[in-house]
Amino acid sequence: MVLFAGFFSPYDPTVQNRELPFAPPVRIHFFDSQNRLHIRPFVYRLIASAANYAHYEEDRSRLYPLRFFVAGGRLLGVDNPAKIFLIGTDAYGRDQFSRFLYGGRISLLAGLCATAVSLGLGIILGAVAGFYGGWLDELIMRTAEIFLVLPSLYLLFAVRAVLPLHIAPSGVFLVLMAVIGAVGWARPARLIRGVILSAKERDFVLAARGFGASDLYLLRRHILPQASSVVLSQAAVLVPAYILAEVILSFFGLGVAEPSASWGNLLANLRQYNVLESYWWMLLPAIALIPVFLAYNTVLSYYKHYSPGPTGQTEFDKDPVTASALESRNRSPN
Amino acid sequence: MACSQWSSLSATDVAKRGGRLVVSQRAEPKTLNTITAIDGSSREIIGLINADLIHINRHSLKTEPGLASSWSVSSDGRVYTLELRRGLKFSDGQPFDAADVLFTFEVYLDERVHAAQRDLLVIAGQPIKVQKVNQYSVRFELAQPYAAAERLFDSIAILPRHLLKQPYDEGRLDRAWNLAVPPKEIAGLGPFRVKEYIAGQRIVLERNPFYWKMDVAGDRLPYLDTIDVEFTGNAEAEAMRFEQGEIDVAGRLSAANFSVLEKHQRDGEFRLFDLGPGLEYNFLFFNLNDLGAALPSIAQRQNWFRQLAFRKAVSEAIDRQAITRLVYQGRARPLSTHVTPGNYLWVNRNIPPEVYSAAKARASLRSAGFSWNRAGQLIDGQRKPVIFSLIFNAGNPQHTQIATLIQNDLQQVGMDVKVVPLEYRSMLDRIFKSYDYEAAILQLASGDADPNAEINVWTSGGGTHVWNLAPKHVLAPWQEEVDRLMRQQMITPDYAQRKHMYDRVQQLVRENLPVICLVSPDVLAGASEKLGNFRPAILSSYILWNAEELYLRR
Repeated sequence: MVLFAGFFSPYDPTVQNRELPFAPPVRIHFFDSQNRLHIRPFVYRLIASAANYAHYEEDRSRLYPLRFFVAGGRLLGVDNPAKIFLIGTDAYGRDQFSRFLYGGRISLLAGLCATAVSLGLGIILGAVAGFYGGWLDELIMRTAEIFLVLPSLYLLFAVRAVLPLHIAPSGVFLVLMAVIGAVGWARPARLIRGVILSAKERDFVLAARGFGASDLYLLRRHILPQASSVVLSQAAVLVPAYILAEVILSFFGLGVAEPSASWGNLLANLRQYNVLESYWWMLLPAIALIPVFLAYNTVLSYYKHYSPGPTGQTEFDKDPVTASALESRNRSPN
Repeated sequence: MACSQWSSLSATDVAKRGGRLVVSQRAEPKTLNTITAIDGSSREIIGLINADLIHINRHSLKTEPGLASSWSVSSDGRVYTLELRRGLKFSDGQPFDAADVLFTFEVYLDERVHAAQRDLLVIAGQPIKVQKVNQYSVRFELAQPYAAAERLFDSIAILPRHLLKQPYDEGRLDRAWNLAVPPKEIAGLGPFRVKEYIAGQRIVLERNPFYWKMDVAGDRLPYLDTIDVEFTGNAEAEAMRFEQGEIDVAGRLSAANFSVLEKHQRDGEFRLFDLGPGLEYNFLFFNLNDLGAALPSIAQRQNWFRQLAFRKAVSEAIDRQAITRLVYQGRARPLSTHVTPGNYLWVNRNIPPEVYSAAKARASLRSAGFSWNRAGQLIDGQRKPVIFSLIFNAGNPQHTQIATLIQNDLQQVGMDVKVVPLEYRSMLDRIFKSYDYEAAILQLASGDADPNAEINVWTSGGGTHVWNLAPKHVLAPWQEEVDRLMRQQMITPDYAQRKHMYDRVQQLVRENLPVICLVSPDVLAGASEKLGNFRPAILSSYILWNAEELYLRR
């Protein structure tokens, strides 16, 4: 649904309805005020009752039936002036449901991008450090420790302060995600180094080396595949972590700029006491994130379960190397 | 002993003594040293433990006697003679006299001390001259007449010579009276004195037993035994703790939190106060600094910003009513000039409100040679689309919302605005130092209702003349007129004449739009039902300005 946000969302996520701030989720009716059943569900138009827009009432004088496949290539809609706000509106009267779908695009993309950067750097540096050892290992691991203690939030503040003002909001965001990703290479690199350190001493690796295999060939063919389950488990941890990083950034107002939507922006609304207190539907995007993360983890664990490993195992838990690496990850303060 | 009765108290209740008042501060004070204190939290505490010679009554906005029981002005308006109250003691029991006043002004006027107060006390480039007449009389001489000069004495804390002379002579005054100093080494003439400070939690103030104000019954003030100032961290936490009854007074509530509290208001718990617009004004402005060869892309956009018709169109295209309704839940007023309706002595009521009209905005733009391309984008004479960035403080949720609304409003007339939330300090850096911005949203609030407090903003070369901080060009005729009027009103003693001049300044600001004024939020406060004599004001400190009169009902 997130991928096809343009089709599933009933409205443009940036359109403001200033007469409908904090409108509650629309009620979809089957029975009208005379208790007659309608086959086609319908909604009533919402009217702000008080001058301060604190309460809404349904205008029952006219029915607005739900329409499917409406103009603009959207799945669902109703005739103006009624609106179909499935999970209500925000402070500017923008449709929360459309914002959730469009926001998902950028948030998921951000999580994946940052993870790709982190893992890419982590694999290369971890492999080099583990395989060659010596001063190179020392250098990379000490650098990793510096990165681990770096206060990344302040680094991001600093990056935002020096970025030019004119890049598009999504551009700013991708830069920040790249920075988050680049800062986060240290932990996967340490894990991968550990795996490789033990893998390169295995008999079949030593045998291949004895037959004159080059370093690159050894790494590619025999050693790195050993690390694949660590990489996958890291991906499982990092993607949600980076989606949450986006949430934190937006919380500080430094994430995706208005008027674009992101999941972080939607959640940032909740830091206001009055929103949390008075408008329960603003919590729905937060609740919707839980099944998203669950689904993601399920997909990954299935993948891990059924993808055959290089030496024939199908379950990474049986691999002693990976198991010990995972254990060390659990012990490390995260 | 001093037995002078406190005039303003005649109208208030005579109250029960004793009790502990719990108030909150969002940020911890940084110091108790009035010379180095620039943040609001520090100043609020300092205001409670110190007193000034002449005081502005936050309720009437007029001056009244403080440590000086009376004062006289020479006929040329340059010499002020202040008679000090006799028999007063600092909170450590040491006596107060003219020597303390002389010492205080010596410190503030000393350039090596870098006191923030110095700017106020330098008139026409000359520091005020202070002379002792006798033990209880001090003469202040100004380089030129200065309207309402007695207002300058407000909030100038009088310091104890016996405690601070030595640090001053040794050149370490700036390190004195920090929060690590034992409370007994700190003394003032205010209603309270420091009892205890616990970092990260609270500062406890106790009654100053030597305080000089009396109530109508002749009893010594203050009524309260202690004031606990709790550090709450942020506005949301403050509102929640106030609602739970953990703190007794909440000042500067946001409109959003105010509306929640209003909904939860039950009898006998707390009262809420909407004082109407205060002195704070929020505005949008464009970078009109002379950039020279630096920052060419901004300089290019300045060709739009410098056109009055462009700024006029922006002003007309902004829906101020929507801002007051959606951002402030109706608890704000749209502005057409920088003087808010709350400043009833000085606002020019003849200035008509700005009428929101995208059609008028389009007409203004067309008249200045702008047009629209097929995609509906606004383009200038060289067919360049009008795109600019708008910076604001990411930590200010109201400004975040205002920027989002303005972005949408200006989109209706074809302008593409990039909103850029910045961390507060990096935003100020761009505005005041690097000039690397195109447009910004800012708020200013004068410390006083008097126009002299605004001189820095409106005269060219003033420290907060934000849109053009160091003008090199020949000044526009209207700016020259504003400069002249602001200087002239400063030396005019008559209120009616000054008002006439300041009305004209407001009109010039409105006609030439160096800044586009948006809204002035209401001052919102809440207090526990058991708190007596609570009279919040639109001037800082909004809620504790009459701390000596506050009492708790049993």
